[in-house]
Amino acid sequence: MMAIPKDLIMELVRIVLYVVGFLAFIAVNAAYLSLLERKVPSWFQLRYGPKEVGPWGLLQPVADGIKLCAKQLLVQKGADVALFKLAPAMVVIPAIMSAVTLPFSETIVARNIDLGLLLIFSLSSIHVIGTMLGGWASCNKYSGIAAARVVAQNIAYEIPLLLVMVSLVMVTHTFNLHEIVNGQAGGFWHWNAFRLTASPLMPAAFIIYFICMLAEANRAPFDMLEAESELVAGAFTEYSGMGFGLFFIAEYANIVVGCSLGTILFLGGWHCPFGLLPGLHWFLIKMYFLCFMVIWVRWSFPRTQFYGLLNLSWKILIPFALAHLVLTSIMLKLL
Amino acid sequence: MSIEAQTIHRETFVLNLGPQHPATHGVLRIKLTMNGEYVEDADPVIGYGHRMQEKMGENRTYAKFLPNTARMDYVAALFNTHGYVCAVERLAGITVPDRAEYIRVITAELNRIASHLLWVGAFLIDLGGFTPLLYTFDDREQILDLLESITGARLTFCYYRFGGVCNDIDEQFISGTRAFIARLHSRMPMYHALITQNIIFRKRCEGIGPIPAETCRKYGGSGPVLRGSGVSYDVRKNEPYSIYPRLDFNIPVYQECDCTARYKVRMDEMVESMRIIEQSLDQLPAGPVMAEKVPKLLKPPKGDCYFNVESARGVFGVRLVSDGTDKAYRLKLRSPCFSNLSLFRDCSRGMLMADALALLGSLDLVIPDIDR
Amino acid sequence: MTLSELKTQLASLAEPGALISETDHAKRGTDLDVTVSAGKVVAAAELLDTARYTLEAITGVDWIAEKQIELVYDYTLWESGVRVAVRSRISRENPAIPTISAIFPGANWHERETRDFFGVDFTGHPDMSPLLLPEDATFHPLRKDFGA
Repeated sequence: MMAIPKDLIMELVRIVLYVVGFLAFIAVNAAYLSLLERKVPSWFQLRYGPKEVGPWGLLQPVADGIKLCAKQLLVQKGADVALFKLAPAMVVIPAIMSAVTLPFSETIVARNIDLGLLLIFSLSSIHVIGTMLGGWASCNKYSGIAAARVVAQNIAYEIPLLLVMVSLVMVTHTFNLHEIVNGQAGGFWHWNAFRLTASPLMPAAFIIYFICMLAEANRAPFDMLEAESELVAGAFTEYSGMGFGLFFIAEYANIVVGCSLGTILFLGGWHCPFGLLPGLHWFLIKMYFLCFMVIWVRWSFPRTQFYGLLNLSWKILIPFALAHLVLTSIMLKLL
Repeated sequence: MSIEAQTIHRETFVLNLGPQHPATHGVLRIKLTMNGEYVEDADPVIGYGHRMQEKMGENRTYAKFLPNTARMDYVAALFNTHGYVCAVERLAGITVPDRAEYIRVITAELNRIASHLLWVGAFLIDLGGFTPLLYTFDDREQILDLLESITGARLTFCYYRFGGVCNDIDEQFISGTRAFIARLHSRMPMYHALITQNIIFRKRCEGIGPIPAETCRKYGGSGPVLRGSGVSYDVRKNEPYSIYPRLDFNIPVYQECDCTARYKVRMDEMVESMRIIEQSLDQLPAGPVMAEKVPKLLKPPKGDCYFNVESARGVFGVRLVSDGTDKAYRLKLRSPCFSNLSLFRDCSRGMLMADALALLGSLDLVIPDIDR
Repeated sequence: MTLSELKTQLASLAEPGALISETDHAKRGTDLDVTVSAGKVVAAAELLDTARYTLEAITGVDWIAEKQIELVYDYTLWESGVRVAVRSRISRENPAIPTISAIFPGANWHERETRDFFGVDFTGHPDMSPLLLPEDATFHPLRKDFGA
């Protein structure tokens, strides 16, 4: 028998530990983000939010999870069973897989891939297919409409997102997320969001990224997918029990990954705003701050109309992102 | 798949909105024939909450029907009671003492404000903004507490009687109402900043759901729907009843005919109602709150009459036919939402579904009032 | 057109001997009360439409003792608050009356409701399916002989 190198075993163990760790991190975050989703608006809306289950409602996600697991998984007649069951998986898996290459601090990263940014974006396109399949396989007109809307919305908003990413990569000269963060070391004036030397539109690029992240995660005001008052639960109308639960976990996991990515790309990752003690805690603070912004925006605005949403992307964000791209390249050439 | 089958053979498909649906306020079913996202035809199907109130009006004595009147439009229950009570009083020739008239107006206008506050919250929920509902309900709670202290009910009031009201109001109610009005006045700028000037709300409502005045006339539309289309018709001014002629207030009218106009009419109506309440409290005379010598078992003389009131939703009319006995021979309840919903089919043709739902929300429907 | 002009024009529509009275608004809720024959209901509606009235309600009354069903059409003029009631009596056995929904589309629902409750057939109505009662209802609740 060939001797297996010790390094390989250690590397495999490390990878497994990290993967389990990240899985747990994303899952717990997704679950507790659902609690925050109900607590934060309670502050805006002069009410308490969940408080019965556990102190401060902390066991609410556990209770929700148990409830969802205990429900009967219904597949109605006429639905395409294989696709119906595949759809939640297709939505959840890419979100969790994206966490593989996210660096949480100088040393905490599962696998630092040189094309990390590209990997995350390719994975994030898969969840669109999952939602569309879920809506179509449900054999329900509401879900069908919602599926069509999801595809249109996600395609529209991927483009400005990628344009902004391209200009960012031009500035940072690398796809490697670890190095992107290290390029932002020092105080907050080194952060990519404020890197006006690269392009004066950089803060706008950050805002475009944030908006596109909201749209990709199907969050209000871009939640055409659910559009509760119009389409009941949209593409998820026919899902019960944990199938529905998986969609929800996927939504929150997408938010967590999107906010982490925003922190890494624009807000300096694990570096302190004043250049002092870098570390994991700064990463988490910034990430949770962005998550709070996401929840805040959701509960503050009504929903846009569908064509308003598409207009925003095609007529405003894309020209802006293109202008930003051109400006960045000009400035790179000149400076 | 059924979706596949329908789209192969026809361009349009039929989508059922309701009867269980978050956006239809009550049990309303709308059969939408859709062409993609556009509404080709919207056929409302009502009757899911039909209780045959009009037959109940014939089977009960006049006084026993009083609780029923509050259960139709339960959000603005006092107006329905007011219409019924005034119709019977008109036929029986009962004069209501001044103090009772003033109390009726004060409570009715408080109910109008509560109804509009609920509408604002519900309309925003239809559009996807969940937070304003909690703020408007906060104000509405105060009104309900005030009304509970004198009527004993929070929603389905049975407060008016033939000849007056059943309870007098006390100092606590008067001071509470004045404090509430002061508070709501101070909160109106917040509502305007939060909602009226919100860019997404404006995009969802400006130019959406136009209802021309002529359509309103053909269908019998009334209330804020009519006043948002440029017609200055309010029963309180054009066909005055009770003590409204003694009060100084305006009728907000907007010309744009869209959802924003109807929203602005209701917001302004709240301010006007507060004016009415303040004047009524200032002018409130002393005296009895019940007419004297009203028989316990009322038997109005033979004949028929009609009475109109301006409910929060429009013109609520009662046609009462009496044959001299203690039960009505025929009690017809003309519901404002009934006529307002009937124009939905005509007005929603060719709209996007989201816009059709915004139009439906702006009509301010309470389905039990339609179904009776 | 003023109320007296309207009264004259309606008088030409009404049957000889039919009632046209100016009523006291404070006592009856209407300013003008006209009784026309069933065939003239449409003409009355057209006249009131030209005069810019709106249809508020259609009420059916079952006069079982006289074996007639009375239909009362309530019209309002927005500007002045003037109200006109147009009445018509039809036989109880086979109640039929022409529809006015071509002139006032709002009458569509009012007539469907009256048909639900009284069994009145509105000839020419585009869709007489039950509005408030179930689709398969064959009874007419507001008739006086309903419900034992």
